[in-house]
Amino acid sequence: MTIVYEDHGDEAAAQVPVRRIRFSINGAKKIAEVEPRLLLSHLIRRGLELTGTHMGCDTTNCGACTVLVDGRPVKSCTMLAVQADGHEITTVEGLATASELHPLQEGFKEEHGLQCGFCTPGMMMAAKALLDVNPDPTEEEVRWALSGNLCRCTGYQNIVKSVLWAADKLRSESAG
Amino acid sequence: MYPSRFRYEAPRTLDEAITLLRYGGDYAKVLAGGQSLVPLMKLRFASPELIVDINNLPGLGYHRADPDGTLRIGALCRHVDLERSALLASTQPTMAAAAPLIADPIVRNRGTLVGSLCHADPQGDWASVVLALGGSVIAQGPGGRRTIPVADFVTGPFQNVLEPDEIAVEAVIPAAQGVRSGGYLKLERRVGDFATVGVAVAVESSGPTVTRAGIALTGVGGSTIAATAAAEALVGQPLSAPAIAQAASLAAEVARPRTDHRGSAEYKRHMVATLVERLLSRSGGTAERAA
Repeated sequence: MTIVYEDHGDEAAAQVPVRRIRFSINGAKKIAEVEPRLLLSHLIRRGLELTGTHMGCDTTNCGACTVLVDGRPVKSCTMLAVQADGHEITTVEGLATASELHPLQEGFKEEHGLQCGFCTPGMMMAAKALLDVNPDPTEEEVRWALSGNLCRCTGYQNIVKSVLWAADKLRSESAG
Repeated sequence: MYPSRFRYEAPRTLDEAITLLRYGGDYAKVLAGGQSLVPLMKLRFASPELIVDINNLPGLGYHRADPDGTLRIGALCRHVDLERSALLASTQPTMAAAAPLIADPIVRNRGTLVGSLCHADPQGDWASVVLALGGSVIAQGPGGRRTIPVADFVTGPFQNVLEPDEIAVEAVIPAAQGVRSGGYLKLERRVGDFATVGVAVAVESSGPTVTRAGIALTGVGGSTIAATAAAEALVGQPLSAPAIAQAASLAAEVARPRTDHRGSAEYKRHMVATLVERLLSRSGGTAERAA
C-alpha cells in the first residue's frame, strides 16, 4: 500500500521507517510495506480497501473492528499492522462466496440482527470464532462470546437469535 | 488515531530483545499483548521511540506447575489461555475466578497476565490476584534473572521497578501450604469495564485452620492494595463468622476509594467489606452471604 509523507528533507526522509510484511487476508497471500505505527484496521480499510471492517470507538471498547487473526477474534484497532507479518487475517469479506451468503450473514438477515449495521461485521467475526470452536452454543454462551462487541441499536436480542440461527444452519449443513 | 512514530523491532531471541532494550535509545517499550500499550500510544499518553515486540520469542506462552506446585506463567501466556486452563480450574481458585473477568473476550485473546502486571494499572485485576497469592515477577536483563515479589514490583500507578533493559519473562505463584480456596469478585458496571471494586482472596488451610491468607483490593486506591492486617487476622483459626466479619472490616479500613462516576467513596468502601465477606464465606466459612 502507498503512504504519502510530507517531505521535510533528506534527513527526515531517511527516518521514515517502512517494513515489508507478508500475510494472508481472506485466503489471499499479500505483501505490504507499512510504517510500524500503522494499525491493522488501517491496513485492512485503506491498504486493502476492505471497508467491511468498521472503525467504531478506536479505543479498544466497541469491537466493531473485530477480525480474526489465525482464527481468533482480535480488535484490529489495537494491533499494529506490522504484527500481522506471517499471520492469517479473516475479515467479514471472507465470509461469503461470490454466490452465497455465509450462514451467519443469512442469520442476521433472517432474524433482523441489525438496524444501523455498524457493529455487524464485528459481531459476525466474534460469532464466527465462537461457532468454529462451539457449533452448538447456548444463548448464554453466545452472549458471553459477544460481550466484547457493543451494539447501540438492537438491544442484542436479535443478534443473539441470528447467531443461534446460523449455528442451527451450520449444524444441519454439516449433518446433511 | 495513530501512535506517534517509533522504531519497531521483532527479535527472535530473548538475548536479542534485551540487547535492543539496552542500546535502543532513551525510551523503549516491550510489546506483548498490546491491549493497554497500543491504546495508550494512540492517545499519545505514551510515545516510545522504540517498540520491542516480543511476540516472536519462542517458548513464552506457557503456564505450568512445577512438581512442588509452584505455578509459572510465561510472558506470552494470554488471558484466554488462563480462562480455559484445566490446571487453574483444579488448583488455583482465585486465578480461575479472575481470568474470565479480565476486560472482554476479544481483548483476552491478545492480552497477557505478565503484561498486565507490568502495566501496573491501579484498576488491573491480575495485580490484586497475584498479590493475594504472594506471587512474584521474574525479570531478565543483561546481568541475568532476578525475582521480584509483586508487592515490591509495582511502585505506583503505571510504574514498576523494571530497569530499562529488563524484560518481565515470567510470573510465579508459590505452591500452596495446605488446601487452597478463595476467589475474585469484581463489581463492574458492564462487561469489559474496569472494576468499581475488585477483591481477591486467597486462603490456604490445613483442616479447618487457616495457615495462610492473602487479600488484595482493586480499584480503591492509587495502586493495588494489600489488605495485610485483614489477611493476618484470619491465620491460625477456622474461618468463623466473627473472624470473617473482622477481616472484612479491616480490609475496608485500608481501602482508599475516591468518589467518581463509578460510585461514591462510601459505597466502594462498603462493597470492599461485602465482597471480602462473600468470598471468605464461600471459602468454607460459616458467615451468612452478603446480599
